[in-house]
Amino acid sequence: MAEPSYPDELKYHEEHDWARIEGEEATFGITWYAQDALGEVVFFDPPATGTQVSKDQSYAEVESVKAVSDVFAPLSGEIVAVNDELSESPEKINEDPYGDGWLVRVRMSDSSELDSLMDADAYRKLLEAGS
Amino acid sequence: MSDPLDPRAGEDTITIFERSREGRRAFVAPKCDVPEVPVDELLPRSAVRERPAELPEVSEPELVRHYTTLSSKNFHLDEGFYPLGSCTMKHNPKLHERVAALPGHARLHPLQDSAYAQGALELMWRLQSALAEIAGLPHVSLQPSAGSHGELAGLLLSRAYHEDRGEPRTKVLTPDTAHGTNPATVTMAGYEVVKVGTAPDGGVDLDDLRAKADADVACLMLTNPNTLGLFDRNIEEIERIVHDAGATLYYDGANLNAVMGIARPGDMGFDIVHFNLHKTFTQPHGGGGPGAGPIAVSDRIEPFLPSPQVVRRSEGDGAEPRFDLDYDRPKSIGRMRGFQGNFGVFVRTYAYIRSLGGDGLEQASQVAVLNANYVKARLAEEGVGEYLPIAFDRTCMHEFVVSGRGAKERLGIKTLDIAKRLLDHRIHPPTVYFPLLVEEALMIEPTETETKERLDHFADVIRAILEEAREDPEIATGAPYTTPVRRLDEARAAKRPVVRWRPDRADE
Amino acid sequence: MSRYTGVTDRDLREMLDAIGVDSIDDLFAEIPEGVRLGRAIDLPPGQSEQEVFEHLTALAARNRHCDEEVTFLGAGMYDHYVPALIDTLLQRSEFLTPYTPYQPEVSQGGLQVMFEFQTAISELTGLPVSNASVYEGPSAVAAAGYLAKLETRRSRLVASRGLHPHSRGALRTHAAGYGMEVSEVPLTAEGATDLDALAEAVDDDTAAVFLQQPNFLGTVEELGELTEAGKRTGAVAVCAADPLPLGILTPPGELGADICVGEGQTLGNRLDFGGPSFGFFAATERFLRKMPGRIAGETRDLDGQRGFVLTLQTREQHIRREKATHNICTAQALNALAGVVYLSWLGRRGLVELAELMLRRTHYAREALGLEPINPGPVVREFAVRVPDLDALFDRAREVGINPGYRLGRDYPEYEDGLLVAITERRTRAHIDRLAEVAASARQAVTA
Repeated sequence: MAEPSYPDELKYHEEHDWARIEGEEATFGITWYAQDALGEVVFFDPPATGTQVSKDQSYAEVESVKAVSDVFAPLSGEIVAVNDELSESPEKINEDPYGDGWLVRVRMSDSSELDSLMDADAYRKLLEAGS
Repeated sequence: MSDPLDPRAGEDTITIFERSREGRRAFVAPKCDVPEVPVDELLPRSAVRERPAELPEVSEPELVRHYTTLSSKNFHLDEGFYPLGSCTMKHNPKLHERVAALPGHARLHPLQDSAYAQGALELMWRLQSALAEIAGLPHVSLQPSAGSHGELAGLLLSRAYHEDRGEPRTKVLTPDTAHGTNPATVTMAGYEVVKVGTAPDGGVDLDDLRAKADADVACLMLTNPNTLGLFDRNIEEIERIVHDAGATLYYDGANLNAVMGIARPGDMGFDIVHFNLHKTFTQPHGGGGPGAGPIAVSDRIEPFLPSPQVVRRSEGDGAEPRFDLDYDRPKSIGRMRGFQGNFGVFVRTYAYIRSLGGDGLEQASQVAVLNANYVKARLAEEGVGEYLPIAFDRTCMHEFVVSGRGAKERLGIKTLDIAKRLLDHRIHPPTVYFPLLVEEALMIEPTETETKERLDHFADVIRAILEEAREDPEIATGAPYTTPVRRLDEARAAKRPVVRWRPDRADE
Repeated sequence: MSRYTGVTDRDLREMLDAIGVDSIDDLFAEIPEGVRLGRAIDLPPGQSEQEVFEHLTALAARNRHCDEEVTFLGAGMYDHYVPALIDTLLQRSEFLTPYTPYQPEVSQGGLQVMFEFQTAISELTGLPVSNASVYEGPSAVAAAGYLAKLETRRSRLVASRGLHPHSRGALRTHAAGYGMEVSEVPLTAEGATDLDALAEAVDDDTAAVFLQQPNFLGTVEELGELTEAGKRTGAVAVCAADPLPLGILTPPGELGADICVGEGQTLGNRLDFGGPSFGFFAATERFLRKMPGRIAGETRDLDGQRGFVLTLQTREQHIRREKATHNICTAQALNALAGVVYLSWLGRRGLVELAELMLRRTHYAREALGLEPINPGPVVREFAVRVPDLDALFDRAREVGINPGYRLGRDYPEYEDGLLVAITERRTRAHIDRLAEVAASARQAVTA
């Protein structure tokens, strides 16, 4: 994806991860900024379904040729699905970070955690402040 | 299909396996002068290989031509400037190959009786003494195989020291500018890495160090000058802080080339020092080794040194001293590797130290620092300096770091592009993107064996690349053009790793 | 000015001027007084090339090397014939003087050598992935221990007493850092790893079992049975192997080894009093992303040309730092070059012929010596025997310019009277017969 994009319907975490809330479940991924900083993703090794993830903790790593980045859980929960296609085509994380490049889906354990996440505007401001 | 008249045709590389033709041979076995008992009478069925290893079948001329051609694709130090920061790519004296090849060295079995290896043991002992004097620490082990191995030995020594005192500790401090081998070694030695910040002047942040140097810290690993090429002026205070906390102080000797004969790590208060014989002491880099990483330690660390140690025993009464391997070391951490270490490397290092002498070693450091400061001054000139601002504006030691952020912002070319364009000029690029602290870093270490003309040429080429980028940045972003291959798809190599040749693989 | 620097007086003036200081000393101004050496380094003054050469020659002359005696000394490094073309190639500056291929466009020679080396090692060991070298044999064993720790997170290592004493030693030293304990499995009366004891020794906390093929005494182990027993509780099976016998021995990868490591000195490298040589490290696909060291991978450049790069670098210390799979940086690239050239020189048939020659001569030697075997089972290039009076044997042997082998008692108190005899293609029947004569005459002297 060539141009920066931060869809309004998503929630954002300061470590450059996003969450899409769908009822009891949330899908996680990394933002445009994160994939751009990383460069072409070459490897993603997801945790197994059933694994518990905790908000603000790293649950996996994403690798490019020259860098490794921790991926942080915006929310706590149990992993119910992982994106298997990424083992063949990790570059989907770059091409479509909010769609085909999704990483894991969890069943949330504490929806009050949503309050601490940012909306797209706040996340954009965070990026501006950082640069 | 390739056109036979195209000079570049047929240049696509093939491996030695693809040159193989059944029936060809380069090796002829000596005649079998003992009964040719069938293999299956001598070995059980299950132990005998069913299919031979698929090694290539080639004649000697093809073998020689293949590897000679491969060699021609390598840029190397005997051909041109190689300012790879942190690696000390100084000239490899040619005498050293001759003395290393002497049969008394090259054909000596490591387990030969010490009575019949006195020359080798004496060489090692003398080298130990010389390194002790250079480091300012009296006890040396030549065993570790490389710098990283020396680092690991150093932390294992710290561990043994603390455990011996009944005070096992759990953390090791490293500056955030540390070479990657330092934190990797910390983990391998069973410790937790705690990073110490860098102050605005490029040295260790003393407040941060004070806050983190507690009774749980086993060691601080430092290099001085550091990876920014800067001498830490607060080294005496650092030593006090670390020793007051009861921790050991470890010196990564990668940058020793800056200070030989001027300041010794032992005198700075370090307990353990490693040397990179392939950096400071001219062991040829070999495309990635061999090297060696001997260590020098203080009295309190000595009991834990790896075993065996090379010792000199005086028989007394004017008899010739005898050199030996001492295994009687009850508190030793044990051995780090097989046999005694990379002896072939010791021969070359020892020849170097004999050639230079104390005065020569000091002069080497002086010129190394002079050369680096000169290149730094040339790169600060207008037309270059604004694109490659110096990371820390201080006198540097034997290397310095500039940031390519000026070129990135104003010319649209990155440090990577400058590096690739340098290849077209037959200059090896400096170290790039390290240390991590500096954006678009270029770490430049000319070494003392370069003449002023070479340094001027480098500065002129950098200037020319920047000027060219002002006109057309795409030249650099598409570079190199004149090398055996152009930019390679590293993402593909990482995503779908192909790490050996296979006969059945379809050409991708 | 030395012969390696070139700063003339004029250069110095111009350079100091450009820098903006008066003297070189000014460049060191930031070094505090308290840490300055303040005197000359206490080493003899520098010497001419000729004087250094003569000094080193004199030292070398005080070593008795393998061209000056007929040696049966092995125990991990061996007197093999290294062809002249290896010297020719290794002396080329293009191989000798560059560093690690950080700029692949100008390092295709070195990278392709690594790729070919990885292929050759993979073929030898029967395992699909290999790295581009580690330091040497025993530290390769230690590295395998670290990988097993990263993979299994368990805390015990089980090693056969048949593993080279230096490998066991290095493993223990490194394991102190890994926080792992090493326990040892004994040998049987026949000098092979005790299968039952091995099965007993492994438990749910065993990260890896270590075997050696052939073992230190020269015994050809029943590798398949041993790895099966070793892996029963989920441990990683590591086999340290002598590469040349792998010409005729079933590769460890086909007998259940997950990882095969070893000492590469016998592949085209000098004895050099113990180093430098190289260690090899091969493994199943499962361990690819946890392997230590450099790995060269194949790819294409932007014109579609085939090329090679260092790959999977995110394993390594310069990227992964404290989470790296190993701390190794400089390895043994030049020695690995000698290794792959040597294996290519031997070739598919040659390696088999060489290994068969060694096998036959070893068998002949064991019979000819007529000494009581410590390990009577199958051997391929080395074997252990009991010698009633080792000192007498060594004295006699030395008189006729023979080094009879390695005194096992140095590392195995249970074999105090043991001698380890190594055979290479350089040990002819005549040499072996002479050793047998010496052994016979030493025996007679004892019984007389």
